Amino acid sequence: MTVQHALQTRGLGLGYGEREIISGLDVDLPPGRLTVVVGPNACGKSTLLRAMARLLTPTAGTVLLDGKDIHATSTRQVATALGMLPQTPVAPDAITVADLVGRGRYPHQGWFRRWTAADSEGVAAAMLATDVLDLADRSVDELSGGQRQRVWIAMALAQETDILLLDEPTTYLDISHQLDVLDLLTDLNRDRGVTLAVVLHDLNLACRYADHLIAMKDGRVVAEGPPADVVTESLVDEVFGLRSTVIPDPASGRPMVVPLGRHHITSP
Amino acid sequence: MNPTAAEAAVEAAARVERLRLARRIRFALVCACLLLGALAAFLACLTIGDIDVPLADVWAVLTGGGDAGSRFAVHELRLPRALLALAVGLCFGLSGAVFQALLRNPLASPDIIGVSAGASAAAVLASMAFGLSGLALSGGALAGALVAGTLIYLLAWRGGVSGGRFVLIGIGVAAGLVSLRSYLMTRSEVTEAQNAFVWLAGSLNGRSWDQLWPLLGCAAVLVPLTLAASRSLTALQLGDEAAGGLGARVERGRLALLASATALVGVATAAAGPIGFVAFVSPPIARRLLPGQGAALIPSALTGAALVCAADFAAQHLLPDTQLPVGVVTSVVGAPYLLWLLARAGRAGRGG
Repeated sequence: MTVQHALQTRGLGLGYGEREIISGLDVDLPPGRLTVVVGPNACGKSTLLRAMARLLTPTAGTVLLDGKDIHATSTRQVATALGMLPQTPVAPDAITVADLVGRGRYPHQGWFRRWTAADSEGVAAAMLATDVLDLADRSVDELSGGQRQRVWIAMALAQETDILLLDEPTTYLDISHQLDVLDLLTDLNRDRGVTLAVVLHDLNLACRYADHLIAMKDGRVVAEGPPADVVTESLVDEVFGLRSTVIPDPASGRPMVVPLGRHHITSP
Repeated sequence: MNPTAAEAAVEAAARVERLRLARRIRFALVCACLLLGALAAFLACLTIGDIDVPLADVWAVLTGGGDAGSRFAVHELRLPRALLALAVGLCFGLSGAVFQALLRNPLASPDIIGVSAGASAAAVLASMAFGLSGLALSGGALAGALVAGTLIYLLAWRGGVSGGRFVLIGIGVAAGLVSLRSYLMTRSEVTEAQNAFVWLAGSLNGRSWDQLWPLLGCAAVLVPLTLAASRSLTALQLGDEAAGGLGARVERGRLALLASATALVGVATAAAGPIGFVAFVSPPIARRLLPGQGAALIPSALTGAALVCAADFAAQHLLPDTQLPVGVVTSVVGAPYLLWLLARAGRAGRGG
């Protein structure tokens, strides 16, 4: 992965049917960095990710891959430059881990280009990186939630793209597995230089792991930048409608959001 | 990369390669066994009957020799019928596997969701209202299958097609088409209705080369088309978004697969009637033999071929003096499986 692909949106408008979800959105994914997108439910963060992966057709504006409209780029070119892990992918019944990861090689094959040694190497490398090699011949059905998520990430990695978009990869996982997945993504970002865009629900995990944070509300970007620069009490209030205290995270020194509800508050 | 990491990578790649090889060997073995099973049923159909023709004589007839009696029995009566059984089973098995894998639902088989019903309604209409037979009748059945398939697709369309909705709408369409068919039959002469009933049970009785050639011609086009289109199935099985992320053309790929699988059902139904449950049970049998190997299209096609051929043999010889329609025999296998599937789905609270 020597070439760094760049992904941007310009004046992007998106909607389902009559309903407009996003309009006039300009977003740049910093190459080689880990970007986290946060925002309340239905703020358009998943929609943005889908559009950037060319799964949705914009109603206005463009998504640019290396400066070129992604809808004018060939499907194979897109699929070898950027990968997308949706929130709820479907594992076919009884499929084995190795087979599922192998399906990540889809864009590298064709009707006349069947499985090669490069495919085996790509799959093996992806499984090593995500530590699922020892599960290779197990059925995906019988894995734990955390293992399964690592297998899906392995599949996305086997695609060998240097941009990877992940829609809430930590949902349904317990806290220790959430950290496992985010540590894994950080490793991939640092060791392989993969550009990552991740949608997360947990604001504090977002602050901890993001190089670049994008906070969205009602289909627009409210703030973006390094978490230390953008996360403030007023931003949390504006985006989530939540009163909070922002203090330095004792583990990382980054901002940590302490939410304030109506009860059990000892100091204002 | 340091030396140990490089070694680990090589070792891991070798391990992936070994697993792949083991899968391929198992795939080849299962296909070979299914092929042998189909061949055994085929030979049984050729040799055993009112007059038994020993294998050596069958071989003689097939290579252009043999005496007149065995020549007539084998070449005129049994060979077209057995070949038709194989071809029809192949088409149903392949089509069922495509539908079930694509719609991710074991109930999503053309004989349950109304595609076969469309073909048979059109065939009944064509033969009774327009007096068509032969190739024209086959064309009518094919058109009926395609119209039913298109109707289900359009009704199930909500900016994309989900398996569950497709199945439910398909079952509804099937019910409508069956009543249409019954209405047509009530308007017909008794003898015509009698013939239609036998055809509707799915029968190979009295089938000859006239039914076989059109089917073989269509299958020679449709089977390769289906297998070519099935490349996108490996991605589509992971859900629309994951498939799109892998660079599959989701809607186009799904449409191509549905169209070719629907056409397969149409031409097979035209040749032999809607032989029940073959498209429904062949894929799960094949998948059970090859767990974790995806859609198992080719094994399912071979299973269908062996199943129909064996069922037709049973249909001819199960009861003395009577030839059952082959569809009755396949239903004996298929109906309990459907009940089991529904009972299991009810317990698990999902569509299979």
